[in-house]
Amino acid sequence: MAKSIDVSELDIYYGDFLAVQGVNMTIQAKSVTAFIGPSGCGKSTFLRSLNRMHEVIPGARVEGKVMVDGQSLYEPNVDPVAVRRQIGMVFQRPNPFPTMSIYENVLAGNRLNAKKMKKAEADEIVESSLRGANLWTEVKDRLGRPGMGLSGGQQQRLCIARAIAVQPEVLLMDEPCSALDPISTSAIEDLIHELKTEYTIVIVTHNMQQAARVSDETGFFNLKAAGEPGHLVEFNSTQKMFANPDNESTEAYISGRFG
Amino acid sequence: MTATLTTPPATSSTIPLTHGRLPRWAPGLVAVVAIAAAGLFPLLLGWGVVPWVIVSVIFYIGGLTLWAAVVETRRSAVDRMVTSLVWTAFAIALVPLVSLLWTVISKGLPAINSTFLTYSAFRTSLDQPVGIYHAIMGTLVITFCAAVISVPIGIFAAIYLVEYGKGNRLARGITFLVDVMTGIPSIVAGLFAFSMFTLFFGAGYRSGIGGAVALSLLMIPIVVRSTEEMLRLVPDDLREAAYALGTPKWRTITKVVLRTSLGGIITGVTLATARIIGETAPLLLIAGLTTRTNMNPFDGFMTTLPVFIYSQFQKGTPADFDLAWGTALVLVVIVLLLNIAARVIGKIFAPKTGR
Repeated sequence: MAKSIDVSELDIYYGDFLAVQGVNMTIQAKSVTAFIGPSGCGKSTFLRSLNRMHEVIPGARVEGKVMVDGQSLYEPNVDPVAVRRQIGMVFQRPNPFPTMSIYENVLAGNRLNAKKMKKAEADEIVESSLRGANLWTEVKDRLGRPGMGLSGGQQQRLCIARAIAVQPEVLLMDEPCSALDPISTSAIEDLIHELKTEYTIVIVTHNMQQAARVSDETGFFNLKAAGEPGHLVEFNSTQKMFANPDNESTEAYISGRFG
Repeated sequence: MTATLTTPPATSSTIPLTHGRLPRWAPGLVAVVAIAAAGLFPLLLGWGVVPWVIVSVIFYIGGLTLWAAVVETRRSAVDRMVTSLVWTAFAIALVPLVSLLWTVISKGLPAINSTFLTYSAFRTSLDQPVGIYHAIMGTLVITFCAAVISVPIGIFAAIYLVEYGKGNRLARGITFLVDVMTGIPSIVAGLFAFSMFTLFFGAGYRSGIGGAVALSLLMIPIVVRSTEEMLRLVPDDLREAAYALGTPKWRTITKVVLRTSLGGIITGVTLATARIIGETAPLLLIAGLTTRTNMNPFDGFMTTLPVFIYSQFQKGTPADFDLAWGTALVLVVIVLLLNIAARVIGKIFAPKTGR
């Protein structure tokens, strides 16, 4: 079910402002790909362009090609809603729906799309998604309680459960651990390892160690200079990136000499 | 030069953390003394109660501030003075409200009985009892019709402004017009409805629905503004979360945005209803005045509570005044109930934090 993503010559704009320029990369199916780089270099913007969430912001647009298993995402007849059903997303800040219980939050993707399902089927989806997100044992006795009542780390795992409940092909994660403590972070990193067997995962992180721990391949984004658009400096296997990167500025960034 | 350098500022190195405090009972004592001192004026000069209270308050604020300035610091003296001033302003604001409620309750309560609430003012002989049933029904029917017209228009307009317009020229134009509409004098809304119905149905047409149209002109801008505020409070995070699950925009709006802000929207609608339920002028023009109960808003005159109060005061006999006060009390109670309902509904539908 997992799919690979081919990106070629992608330029991303906010209105007239060119935010990210000329990105080429291939994201492997059933692997974890991490993006690192200083703030404001366009990692998140690029990530959001992979499931057409970018255009939710007024004036934002994209030029270039994003191919998911041979299908171009930005053809005029492609429905962004259908794209987002295939490519799920987890955000930086946990955002469970405040009006819904834990149970309803997990089913939100199905319910919001008015998918009819039997109670048993719904129960099964909830349990398997929560198990998949390592949250089942913690919440199984209080599924009817509001999702906002969980701790930050639990909320984030609830959001991951919600994202995998609709069984996407690809899971995009935008700094999913930046608001979490080390223990929750490690729970989510374990989870990413497990999810890798079924999903294609793309993760943006500011934590270099995290990129090194969880990812198979790493892309380093940077700005040429202040006010210039961000671009992809280097894209390589994580091992190579952290041991012996091709690019000097990558090495400087990773070893902490700048940024 | 050297002298200034060598003398270390001994005092500043130990900033005092404590200073004198007035005892807890100080404000109470000052209040008693101030009232007693100001009581000399009524005793010696024959002043009334109101000047006595005013002078007491001045004495209290001055006395407490001075005492605090002597014993405590300058800052806490200012603090005590401003605190007293704020409380005084609060008390002044309460005076008309309490006075109004007291007058309405004390004068209106004797008029309330079962006949008053279940009979209309229509009578065929002079010894028949009269009531305000027709006006209660008229108020409920006209207000309900006004809400039925205004709520969908207002909420849809607000959804357009927040979810689709997002600062384009049309949305800015609508926002401006809504603001202008908020300021329309109610008599102008009545004239508009009156001339519109005259154009459609000929001269002299009057009915409850005309009143409802006039009231909805006053209600729509309030509903739009309050709904707009509530929709803006819904974080964009939630919209993005729904989009990322592959939810179409209209479902995101109905199932996430509206659902999250439902409590606030219902509260806003209820308060808007409470605001228009007391309107008199437009209904005098277009809904007419009758003593009979009329439940059909599309045919015949309809009297509402405020219009009935107005007409009773016009008549001017003591019995009519009693009826008017009783009616005023009923109206105040209805508005009060609407406000309580708004609070309860807002609580029920508010997003639950679970903490």
